[in-house]
Amino acid sequence: MATPAPAPAIAAAPAAARPPLDVAGIVRDAALFALVTFGLCVPIIAFRTDLSETSALGLKPRWGLVAILCGLVFLGRLAQRAVVANRDARRALTPAPRQATEAVDATPNAGQRVSGLALPLFLGVAATFPLLAVLGTGGLGESRYWVDLGILILTYVMLGWGLNIVVGLAGLLDLGYVAFYAVGAYSYALLSTTLGWSFWVCLPLAGLFAGLWGMILGFPVLRLRGDYLAIVTLAFGEIIRLVLINWQDFSGGGAGISSIPRATFFGIPFTADEDGFAARLGLPFSPMHRVIFLYYLILALALVTNLVTLRLRRLPIGRAWEALREDEIACRSLGINTTNTKLTAFALGAMFGGFAGSFFAVRQGFVSPESFNFLESAIILAIVVLGGMGSQIGVAIAAVAMVGGPEMLRNLGFLSAVFGEGFDPNEYRLLLFGLAMVLMMIWRPRGLISERSPSLVLKERKRISGSFVKEGHG
Amino acid sequence: MGAPSPRLDDPVLTVDHVTMRFGGLVAVNDLTFRAGRGDITALIGPNGAGKTTVFNCITGFYKPTEGMMTLRHRDGAEFLLERLPGYAVNRRARVARTFQNIRLFTGMTVLENLLVAQHNPMMRASGYTLAGLVGLPAYRRAEKAAIDKAVEWLTRIHLIHRADDPAGDLPYGDQRRLEIARAMCTDPVLLCLDEPAAGLNPRESLALNDLLRAIRDDHDTSVLLIEHDMSVVMEISDHVVVLDYGTKIADGTPAEIQSDQSVIAAYLGVEDEEVETVEAEVGV
Repeated sequence: MATPAPAPAIAAAPAAARPPLDVAGIVRDAALFALVTFGLCVPIIAFRTDLSETSALGLKPRWGLVAILCGLVFLGRLAQRAVVANRDARRALTPAPRQATEAVDATPNAGQRVSGLALPLFLGVAATFPLLAVLGTGGLGESRYWVDLGILILTYVMLGWGLNIVVGLAGLLDLGYVAFYAVGAYSYALLSTTLGWSFWVCLPLAGLFAGLWGMILGFPVLRLRGDYLAIVTLAFGEIIRLVLINWQDFSGGGAGISSIPRATFFGIPFTADEDGFAARLGLPFSPMHRVIFLYYLILALALVTNLVTLRLRRLPIGRAWEALREDEIACRSLGINTTNTKLTAFALGAMFGGFAGSFFAVRQGFVSPESFNFLESAIILAIVVLGGMGSQIGVAIAAVAMVGGPEMLRNLGFLSAVFGEGFDPNEYRLLLFGLAMVLMMIWRPRGLISERSPSLVLKERKRISGSFVKEGHG
Repeated sequence: MGAPSPRLDDPVLTVDHVTMRFGGLVAVNDLTFRAGRGDITALIGPNGAGKTTVFNCITGFYKPTEGMMTLRHRDGAEFLLERLPGYAVNRRARVARTFQNIRLFTGMTVLENLLVAQHNPMMRASGYTLAGLVGLPAYRRAEKAAIDKAVEWLTRIHLIHRADDPAGDLPYGDQRRLEIARAMCTDPVLLCLDEPAAGLNPRESLALNDLLRAIRDDHDTSVLLIEHDMSVVMEISDHVVVLDYGTKIADGTPAEIQSDQSVIAAYLGVEDEEVETVEAEVGV
């Protein structure tokens, strides 16, 4: 692509005229883009298959739409090139110091810094969210959608924080995290339906079982590194799901396990009768009491995950995880048993996944293998990567965006006024999801919060730029 | 060859008939040498002589094809290095090393790098994380002691003002010194340095000499180093072992090595007419 030849930087003459825009080059470039768009549009958009009145399949040409799209791409590229050319010309005349080399400009920029207010704000909103939802919608019953959404988001925040131990701190790429979520969910489902144990007994057991499975999986696979580890963990996630589908006697097969006992308020059920939660407190009965209780339950579980992780980071084990992510060979030369260290990260991450899983089971009252497919693992991993590996607040923000964002699409009904009657923004969910990921990787290739905060400080707390921090490769 | 240094009678490390083969390639061939306790032993040789392979065998990264490596502590405890799992070479036999291409934890601060090196004692102090998680005072004391030790080393290598900076942000020479300090924080009996002076300017090189002498004299640590910079080798080492093509060609004090015909031949080559005499001397 012929860029407009930037004038050799003559700093002494800042008033020097900018080089003229290479108009022909830009137009040629934009035309090329339009041509590629046209090529892509022909198989995807140009024809639509319609059922004609005689129920035969007919092709309906849509060349007008193709032309509009090509035109849009042409104009967009034209505008972009013009802007970029102007910027390049400006920079060529007065180079910024940070253009010298990448490493010189190592301080994280403002966008990558966590504002001191972000944490209290996030906590405050999380703690008062049901109240806000009730006030905002005007009634306990009406707020149900929002509180449910809050529960969903917090579940993913917790899963993200759990996986963050494995991926963000220890640098082990785990594509099968949902397996531990499933182990936790089925642990509660089976223990409560067959043995009748209460949620509060099963919760730690579910975490324990998931952690145990983390170890069982970890022993053979943690010798592998990088892509190989990712593939094996992916396979493990699928194996757990397939076992749950096919081992009918044990797990109920594809039909799953239903009528799992609901959560109780430390023994007091959320029912309408006189032993119930509402009657004992003298409140009018509402099914929302249980939902709000579940909200605070998952909030507490997520915060426990976060506190434990933050505390572990300051302990030798947490520092060893991060050192492992930075350089495994150096760790070994310093006498760190790398296999055991990886195993603890894997087991702890799995344990928190198990807690979240048992919460999932008690909330839904029903579990089936379909809830634990690969897409779930991918979403949790995407939350961790988008948030910035190792950053707790980044993961929380990413979970809100990744889980709450698509839900917001449901509320964009007014767009059908623009795009016509049949427009359903929900159909574009995955498209937008992909677009958001691509944009993120362009602007924030290391996640929303890419800087690392040191685990202990001698004199002055300095943020560490993401450009020094390694991502781990095993 | 030559009069052995008296400290060789109490060797910290004995390497016996070590051979390392990679497929058909013999990287180290029947190597035998001793490193005296309290000595600085230098391992030199032209490029590709197998020095780093010897290091990797000693520090547990390779298992030698044949041979035996014994490390003796002052209290008489003996460790067969080739039988220990990789991490135990440092944890139990207390052999520490640095790397030819520096391997610091670049995204962690200078201070954190030195604390990771004290992982094992700190893990014990934190009750394998459980006591640390609830914040028992015993762990807090241990953490304080670990920080004090790190600060002491940072003061010694003149990096205390950069304690809270990421290690990747340090200039090259500082990174080299930090890596040595990190290895020393594991309280080693034997410190293996792989080309510590590579890439240093003459002034930094002199400072390195002082640091290594101080390590030898102030701590119960013997030093084994690979080095190309002969000014460093001849200046500070007590004992030199020369390798060429995986085979030991000379072993003695720096003065002896400097006048050794086979070493000169290996480094500089020989005139055609001298080949036979040299070969006869070396015994080929």
